[in-house]
Amino acid sequence: MSDIGRPSTLPDGSGGPRGPNMPHFARLFAIWLLGTAIVEPVLYFLVWPHIPPGTMTDAARGAQFDALVLTMVASPVVIAVLEYYLYAMIVWRQKSNEPLEDGPPIWGHFGVQASWIAITSAIVMGAFVFGTYELINTSGAGGGEGPSPIWTPSKAHDMLTVQVIGQQWLWTYRYPQFGGFETPELILPDHTTIAFHVTSLDVIHDFWAYQLGVKADANPDVDNVAFATTNETGRFTVRCDELCGIWHGAMYNYGYVVSPTAFYKWATSTEKRLAPLTKLLPKFAWTYNPSTNGAGGGFYPSTDPFYQVYEYEYGGSGKEGNLPAVHVSSSGWKPSLAGAHQVHERR
Amino acid sequence: MTATTTELGAGAAGYRPAATRLAHPWLSPSVITAFLGGAAGYGIGHWIGNYIASDYAVVENTGQNNVAVVLALFFGVLGFIAGIGAFNYPLLKLLGYQPEEQPPVDDWTKYFRFSTDHKVVGKQYLVGVIGMFFIGGLFAMAIRTELTNPTTHFFSPDIYLQIVSEHGTIMMMMATSLVVGPLGNFLVPLMIGSRRMAFPRLEAASFWIFIAGLMVILTALPLGGFDTGWTGYAPLQTQAEPGMDAYLVGFGTIGTGMVLNGFNQIVTIVNYRAPGMRWSRLPIFVWSMLATSFLLTLATPVLFVAGWFGVLDRTAQTAFFVNTHGGSSYLWENLFWFFGHPEVYIMAIPGFGLVGEMLPVFTRKPLFAYRVGAAGMFGVALLSFFVWQHHLFVSGINPDMRPVFMLTTELISIPTGFIYLIGMGTLWRAKIRFTVPMMFCLAMYFNFLIGGITGVYNSDVPVDVTIHGSFFVMAHFHYTIMGGLVFAFFGAVYYYTPLLTGKMLNNTLAKIHFWWMFIAFNFTFFPLFIVGFLGMPRRVFEYAPRLQVLNDWASASAYMLGMSFLVFVVNFVWSVWIDPKPAPANPWQSLGLEWQLPAYKMPWYNFEHLPIVLSDPYHYGEREALPVAHLQGVLAFAGAGAGGGLASAGASGYGPQISPAGMEPEGDGPPMSEQ
Amino acid sequence: MPKAGRLALAIFIFALAFGMGVWGVAAYLRIQPANVNFAAGHRPGQPVDLTAQTVGTFGTGVHADWVSYLVKAPDGRWAHSTQWVLPAYTRVNMTILEYDGGTPLRNPVWGLVRGVRGGYYTLNGTKKVSLLQSSSATTLVAHTFTVPAMGINVPLYAVPSSNLCAVAPCSLKEPHETIKFSFYTGHPGQYRWQCFIPCGLGYLDGNGGPMDTLGYMAGFLKVV
Repeated sequence: MSDIGRPSTLPDGSGGPRGPNMPHFARLFAIWLLGTAIVEPVLYFLVWPHIPPGTMTDAARGAQFDALVLTMVASPVVIAVLEYYLYAMIVWRQKSNEPLEDGPPIWGHFGVQASWIAITSAIVMGAFVFGTYELINTSGAGGGEGPSPIWTPSKAHDMLTVQVIGQQWLWTYRYPQFGGFETPELILPDHTTIAFHVTSLDVIHDFWAYQLGVKADANPDVDNVAFATTNETGRFTVRCDELCGIWHGAMYNYGYVVSPTAFYKWATSTEKRLAPLTKLLPKFAWTYNPSTNGAGGGFYPSTDPFYQVYEYEYGGSGKEGNLPAVHVSSSGWKPSLAGAHQVHERR
Repeated sequence: MTATTTELGAGAAGYRPAATRLAHPWLSPSVITAFLGGAAGYGIGHWIGNYIASDYAVVENTGQNNVAVVLALFFGVLGFIAGIGAFNYPLLKLLGYQPEEQPPVDDWTKYFRFSTDHKVVGKQYLVGVIGMFFIGGLFAMAIRTELTNPTTHFFSPDIYLQIVSEHGTIMMMMATSLVVGPLGNFLVPLMIGSRRMAFPRLEAASFWIFIAGLMVILTALPLGGFDTGWTGYAPLQTQAEPGMDAYLVGFGTIGTGMVLNGFNQIVTIVNYRAPGMRWSRLPIFVWSMLATSFLLTLATPVLFVAGWFGVLDRTAQTAFFVNTHGGSSYLWENLFWFFGHPEVYIMAIPGFGLVGEMLPVFTRKPLFAYRVGAAGMFGVALLSFFVWQHHLFVSGINPDMRPVFMLTTELISIPTGFIYLIGMGTLWRAKIRFTVPMMFCLAMYFNFLIGGITGVYNSDVPVDVTIHGSFFVMAHFHYTIMGGLVFAFFGAVYYYTPLLTGKMLNNTLAKIHFWWMFIAFNFTFFPLFIVGFLGMPRRVFEYAPRLQVLNDWASASAYMLGMSFLVFVVNFVWSVWIDPKPAPANPWQSLGLEWQLPAYKMPWYNFEHLPIVLSDPYHYGEREALPVAHLQGVLAFAGAGAGGGLASAGASGYGPQISPAGMEPEGDGPPMSEQ
Repeated sequence: MPKAGRLALAIFIFALAFGMGVWGVAAYLRIQPANVNFAAGHRPGQPVDLTAQTVGTFGTGVHADWVSYLVKAPDGRWAHSTQWVLPAYTRVNMTILEYDGGTPLRNPVWGLVRGVRGGYYTLNGTKKVSLLQSSSATTLVAHTFTVPAMGINVPLYAVPSSNLCAVAPCSLKEPHETIKFSFYTGHPGQYRWQCFIPCGLGYLDGNGGPMDTLGYMAGFLKVV
């Protein structure tokens, strides 16, 4: 009853080890080859430009390319399995005008089993290696890396820092390099590396800028950093991607990528316009702990040792209670620095 | 209890316990006393909670008392279990009495009572899980109704989230026991040649705990619902209304049942195999139950602990999950997903086992690479503990961990692929019989292929940045869990109904059900991959208008999918209850040990003499193969010693069919006649 | 039981289950605050006058302890609803009678008045307010009226006294602040609105309970 290499025999005893198998194998291989030869070029030439999330940033491009590679590797697998099943259902069926009989008692085949394990392992390891390469190459692929990111863009000195604050149920954005003004609008400059510092004031949200290829969870008291370098101007959609209560589905806004000079004009004029409001905001920090006094709903009683008498407690990079060393360049951000960052051209 | 338990030899006294006195029909514990006990417990718990907590500041400010709700639900569950009589035996033993060992009643009311007959528990579970599936499915239809229009809303957004959360939670609670409950409990003792499960009272209790858990989670709605989805993320969980307590207590209850079920399965499979049932002869379904049971027993306690922390946060104002007070929202995420990922393999592996069991019967070939298949199931089970952070790639975890978990998640697809190896190998040069169970098996392979490949997309971090939390993920897990497990389950229902009930389901209606369900399922969930990749997050009531056409297609197909189950219900109720027609013995001509005897009319102790197992059940195509077991004298009522055991050659179609004495011999020709 | 009896019982059980399902949906899941219609009978070009009030405790019913908005229906009664139907392309002159005490803003950015004519509202007839500061020392904000898709944000001045109205609807004799502003409805659509003060007292971060339930601190402007 061993699995290993029993010769296959038909019920009438005919057929040697290779005799009855080869024609089927050859046919299956030919169909697979044909299917793959059709599908792969279609994917590469026709489908690639349309794969989400698009090309608005390097992170988006990387994700798009990664999805293409996965699809081009998965398609031959899917074709092979589907055509095998269809072939089996058509060719190897008990025909109703023939007497009922059993199939050949094939318990296993070492060659088939070994090749299967080898091929699947190779595909899987290849996917892992490629995925890791793409992750590192795009400075984290636009995904939130937590407060201590390890894959950071090379030209960090001309990065624009945008803090994304999630609260129930709207996103607001703070620009520390422009005095730390806070606005529900998200405007970004083109050809610039953006560092998104995503945090939350209450429950877990998720900042998903779809066309930018950026997604980072907003956790309370955590600074989650994601990077993306913009390539094109245009409009993008920001949605909350982690269920956060009644208006989770309505927690979205549009954002715009505009030319660096237009952005600079907007940022400086908004900074001036919102200056009275900025004075009332807590000092810029990577995380915020709004006072539980009233603004916390009084869930924890006033005898709670964490009860705060001051307005906000500032968090810096995960350490409680430090006043932040804000990691921005002392000169703020200027449009002349944009474009100095080399955008990798793909295709 | 009489009798020695000698197994062999004609004439030796077999296991034949004396008849018991039937207990009083109305005063004996039953589902009625269970509900009375549950209601009493609920009231007591609520009163205690109000006594303790009504002067808490949060209770006075909100008007809602979470302590009362938690205690009410907890004591309600206890009262329910006490009312069904689960504590009677231990309490009587404790007090020095000699309680009855065996089931007290043998009439139709046994299905509504605490029964130590594993076959009864299996059938109870079958109705229970199917009922729970339909309740969850109704919530799904409500979701798809809401999503037909991106801006006009059928439900208010808070109620919509309650519906979404109830659907997910009910389905996940049901799916963990979907196969282990009915089929694990019914089939495993028969497949291994045992009289019973190792712990029959725990087995019976696990069913009624399952029902109690269902009651608890349905109670969430009148309590105000919960709006966190089935994943229950904190601190939204801490903020939610009292329906959240029902979620936490409900998962604790179902979790208890899961642990008991799993533990029972492991001990049974290890210790209660009949003589001759070596590990190498174990049916693949039993291997899948063993692998699943390790996950059930080891992963569920983590959920229990997480739920307990959540209850403490909500009632005692602790701060396990609240960042601002020294806790961490990551704690819930990690505890939950540490359970959550093995949980989905608890759902997938039984599906693999069922398909592995049915495929040889309808291809008339041995299961290809049987040992690789069994090893694959254990590989999946082991690796499932090492992948959980792939749900948390963008949540701000240590970024070094992301390639690690990408690797482990990609690796788990290797043992999962073994299922396709054994499936495709078994199909090679087979003689496929396209019965309805076989069609469900093939559909399972198709659906799980799509589900599995899209899982690889999710495991790849750069692509996951786009698809995490979107409808792509949702379509992925519906393809694997519903397309995989539920299809395999329905195939098994059609396959095993003759064994469970002695009646065949109508073949025409079965085929209608299959095609309707298969087409509607794919039409419902395939567009959702596209919708998710195009930017629609999960659990939203508003979406981009350009996605409306795809959503409407999915919603219309979802309605069709729901209606397909009506065909099944009509078929099942009509063929089993209203107008039953007896099924032929072993209608599928299976070599499995469970099919060699009429399980549906066996007494609660199954065999008088244990069978002696001679081989594994996959020797199709071999004329000289041994029968699967020596069955002489196994069943006294069938005529001790009359005939031999079934000849496997006969059952496979090579020679004349031989059936146990007392049943109609099978004629020539296919047993799968149209009815 | 004979076959006909079993069939009858099966049909009865199915009908019962179906009926329970329909009842569950209609009587429970589909419960929403009623639409208060300001668009019916509205003449194009005329502004709409909309009066609402915010109360500290609703006082009656299943959620007596919750804060809530109420709206004055066109027939003059106070309606407990936050789903208001407004005509499109119309100026809406809104008056909010604020009967509740204040708490600090979780995020002070919501202290800026946006999206209304002139960028300010009139408090008690005389004072013009365009920016409210709130902190634990100076809790001047009770609630906000925020319609994100229209860019409207109006932080409502709190009542400083402690003798607050405890049962809705509150009358003008109770201590209150009167806040008047004006906005333009624009294109038709369903615009959700919410309060950004975490006024769900007793819930973590103050955002549960009334904040999370349609009809209290959350609603829709249905512009038709």
